Amino acid sequence: MAKKPVTFILNGSERATFAEEGLNLLEFLRRGIGDLSPKYGCGQGTCGACTVIIDGETHLSCLTMAVTIEGRKVETASGLANGKVHPLQEAFMEHFAAQCGYCTPGMLMSAKVLLDRNPAPTRADVIEAISGNLCRCTGYEPIIDAILATANMRRLA
Amino acid sequence: MIEFRKEFFANERDDNLNEIGKPTRRQDILGHVTGRSPYFDDHLFEGLLHIRCVRSPHHHARIRRIDVSAAEKMPGVVRVLLGKDVPLNLNTLLSLLDFGLDDEPVLSTTKVAYKGEPVAAIIAESEAQARAAVLAVKVDWEVLPHVLDVEDAVKPGAPVVCDVYPSNKFIYHGKFDHQKLRYGDVEDAFARADHIVEGRYQMSPIEQAPMETCGAIAAPEVNDRFVCFTSTQGLFFSLGTAAKLLTMPSSRLHFVGGTVGGGFGGKVDSMHEPLAILGAMLTGRPCKYAWDREEEMQVGAPRGAERWYIKDGIARDGRILARKFTGYFDSGAYTRLSSYAIIKGVGHLPGPYTIPNVYADVFCVYTNRTPATAMRGFGITGVDFAIEAHMDKGAEMAGLNPIDFRILNSYRDGDMKAHRRLAKNCALVECCQVVAEKGGVVLTQASRAATSLLDGGGERARLPSRTATDQNGIVSGFKGGNYAKKGGGASAPQPVALPIAASAPTPAYPSPASVRPAAPTYQPAATPPPAPQPPAPAADTARHGALRFSSLSGFRRR
Repeated sequence: MAKKPVTFILNGSERATFAEEGLNLLEFLRRGIGDLSPKYGCGQGTCGACTVIIDGETHLSCLTMAVTIEGRKVETASGLANGKVHPLQEAFMEHFAAQCGYCTPGMLMSAKVLLDRNPAPTRADVIEAISGNLCRCTGYEPIIDAILATANMRRLA
Repeated sequence: MIEFRKEFFANERDDNLNEIGKPTRRQDILGHVTGRSPYFDDHLFEGLLHIRCVRSPHHHARIRRIDVSAAEKMPGVVRVLLGKDVPLNLNTLLSLLDFGLDDEPVLSTTKVAYKGEPVAAIIAESEAQARAAVLAVKVDWEVLPHVLDVEDAVKPGAPVVCDVYPSNKFIYHGKFDHQKLRYGDVEDAFARADHIVEGRYQMSPIEQAPMETCGAIAAPEVNDRFVCFTSTQGLFFSLGTAAKLLTMPSSRLHFVGGTVGGGFGGKVDSMHEPLAILGAMLTGRPCKYAWDREEEMQVGAPRGAERWYIKDGIARDGRILARKFTGYFDSGAYTRLSSYAIIKGVGHLPGPYTIPNVYADVFCVYTNRTPATAMRGFGITGVDFAIEAHMDKGAEMAGLNPIDFRILNSYRDGDMKAHRRLAKNCALVECCQVVAEKGGVVLTQASRAATSLLDGGGERARLPSRTATDQNGIVSGFKGGNYAKKGGGASAPQPVALPIAASAPTPAYPSPASVRPAAPTYQPAATPPPAPQPPAPAADTARHGALRFSSLSGFRRR
């Protein structure tokens, strides 16, 4: 398959590489770039394990063509900790909001976009924001608590 | 809100419940929240090949011919695997524990018994190329009649699902086509009972549906070894299975696991590791074999369906005098772990209640459905649902509040259980009392005064004066020895020679001779004395999981 040059920002650093035209962003990030934090769960856009942030919006990387990120800013869970863990990550650890951990990177991406846009979300807002992220360990309650706690901490800070 | 009542466990080790009730951080959680936990697929290999299977579109069909000539010429295809390429193409998972006959091929060569059963595997440079080549494999099927219901499957004339068990029933202990429990005489007690309560209960299969699908990546390693990164829940179980199917010593296999993206029981079947390693052996390159979501849902083994018939005989005062079970576990097309689920389930009967007469016939039935396997409490969950639904029914018949009815019949410490061990640390009476209090249910004076610490034992600790036994479902042609076919017995397919250095087989599991038979822990007077015990081995290799399992199954002492 033909390859196209792709230049984009991944977690704040500039990347210039090539991508096959039919390749999805999930495989591109994982096997092409080596960022293994987005996970394959379904390949059909139903589970949210592959959620990444593109220009401030959540996207399902399994349904996004790699070549479409040309010139855009991509964020993944592996870039969330900047020197020290992000408050969301700290809250997830504190509230036992990860069991097997497989949905966690996607969950964190959805949570980050929510808090970036809405610093004081209601419980309903949180549920809405993570409604596209499945957790089969069914740890939703601790996840919701962790996201709300992060928002509260930020308001107090 | 957790409330500890340690007085009910006074004779247990006092560890002061150091961890329970206090928050503890998972030791692996930093990796989880930073996206760095290494799941099996998070290992990058140069030149990784992808394996995809050709699967049966039919529930039950004979394979007349598999034509892979077109697929072999497809772009990117490196190798096509068939059953003949698998060194030992027949296995049953619990052969590692000495339990059951080898019944399931890795890649079937003669017939398929469930929709989605693999018959060939494509190894290609990319997943897309492997998928394309799968479509190019032509299989000439002779569709056979199928059976999808457990009770239809055990009727005379039903299609034979699995040739190893022609009656569509697993054979227990080389002797019976079901697992028996006999304690007292239920028929006699039914004749004396004031109420008879009957019920039929069933449960559908349930898919574990982990977020991470099952899979493995294998690659040649140095020193003639192979490394295998796997999503397995049972690393040594998968290691032993791979060593058996590939007829190679486990010392040549380097398994890496432990980071599992959800399993819930569905990741013990070891379907991926042997094929991924075989691919690496035959191509000399790293190979990934993983299910996509559709495969996870269709061919991933679920919690099996169950159907239960329960009959209770109840006295006028609400005491259950007798309980009779007939159970059918839907094992699907092969045994996997269903045979064991039943051993576990029957050990659990008749539920946590002191009932002087108990009878159970529980069948592990083969149907043309997806093979069933482990899932969170399998063997117990389905029958517990049936028992507790039936308890509510019994309470209604006896005219009692369901909680009073349970307290009346609950185990007390020191009571004899149907599997002939004394109950201890029961506390069910007290749990029921707390439930009633929280739920605002007013109990009788007797229920409020009941205690599991004092009310048991004595007369209630006695075994029944007589236990009615029978030879129903006895089979011939199955020998105890058939169940100890470690690494393939004489009748197993001959291993295929592989282009690898032959080493003396030193399987991960001990040879049959080195497994010490379990000592009988209890022998009811009504059963014949145990068969002479084989001599104990000199080596102390007997401290093995098989020991306890054999003791549980009772096979070794029959």
